Amino acid sequence: MHELPVVQGILDIVLRHAVKNHVTKIHAINLAVGGLSDLQDEWIQRYFDYISAGTLAEGAKVRIERVPVVFRCKACTESFQVEVGEMKDITCPSCGAKDFTLVSGREYYIRDMEAE
Amino acid sequence: MTSDVRLIEIKEDILSDNTVQAEELKRRLKEKKTFLLNLMSSPGSGKTSLILRTIERLKERFSIGVLEADIDSMVDAEKVAASGVRAVQLKTGGFCHLDAAMVRTGLEAFDLDGLDLVIIENVGNLVCPAEFDTGSARNAMILSVPEGDDKPLKYPLMFSVCQVLLVNKVDYLGLSDFNMDLLKERVRKLNGGIKIIEVSCRTGEGIDEWAGWLANEVEEYIR
Repeated sequence: MHELPVVQGILDIVLRHAVKNHVTKIHAINLAVGGLSDLQDEWIQRYFDYISAGTLAEGAKVRIERVPVVFRCKACTESFQVEVGEMKDITCPSCGAKDFTLVSGREYYIRDMEAE
Repeated sequence: MTSDVRLIEIKEDILSDNTVQAEELKRRLKEKKTFLLNLMSSPGSGKTSLILRTIERLKERFSIGVLEADIDSMVDAEKVAASGVRAVQLKTGGFCHLDAAMVRTGLEAFDLDGLDLVIIENVGNLVCPAEFDTGSARNAMILSVPEGDDKPLKYPLMFSVCQVLLVNKVDYLGLSDFNMDLLKERVRKLNGGIKIIEVSCRTGEGIDEWAGWLANEVEEYIR
């Protein structure tokens, strides 16, 4: 739902790096987004195409790598990955405890871009 | 891909601009000794009712302001203003969430020197508001019993960014198959440190505990 302001943020950041690196054209942008985010890949690309028109990033492909949701068990410190759709009533696979901390899954960053 | 194409490392947070603004706002509010509470929930779960109950309990103790963002109608702001505290309606223009810049603009309408507590009534939505730091000192969310005990499974991020969860409309518990123990277990898996308070804005149940928790947080912050 809020893809547009997020996409504007992505464009601002990549254009800033493009200027710094004397880039003439951006081909692709690689994002790392945690599995807990609800961003829709399709809308990211669509909005990006719309707002990047006429900039160095026009036509760039936005690739999204989903960072897995990983929990660490507070009882035995074992870390384990959980599918977002299967978060119903999870227990630690090692010791069966039900108290965890979130290790990853909330990431939201731009890794790099392919440019010339 | 031509040979001129190179990989340029960026490694920057997509929301860095908002994060920077939120941090700035936190610093400013700390200086002014104004505690900002960001209240989030689905539409209809009782944000306005909870705010009215909170004002009722705490208005003698703190000077309170309310920043209304739940869509542009003035309905909520009018109800709040009628309770005797300062209310400002933000024009969110159908936006699905608030960000730090919008909150800063809204706060300009208040005299922060005279305010101990500002409550943001965020846009009714369990998805987008969770992603944007508003600059608040604490995030609170309401889940009402009729919404169901499965919401932490569907909106995990929201439950993981809040310090307190109010389970509202507990007077409906006997009328539904809502399982409170299961809800708490599901929430604590996402967020082990969260405080969970059962309330009913209609009957007043649990409101003392909530007001007590909030008053402590405010006291500690503005001291």
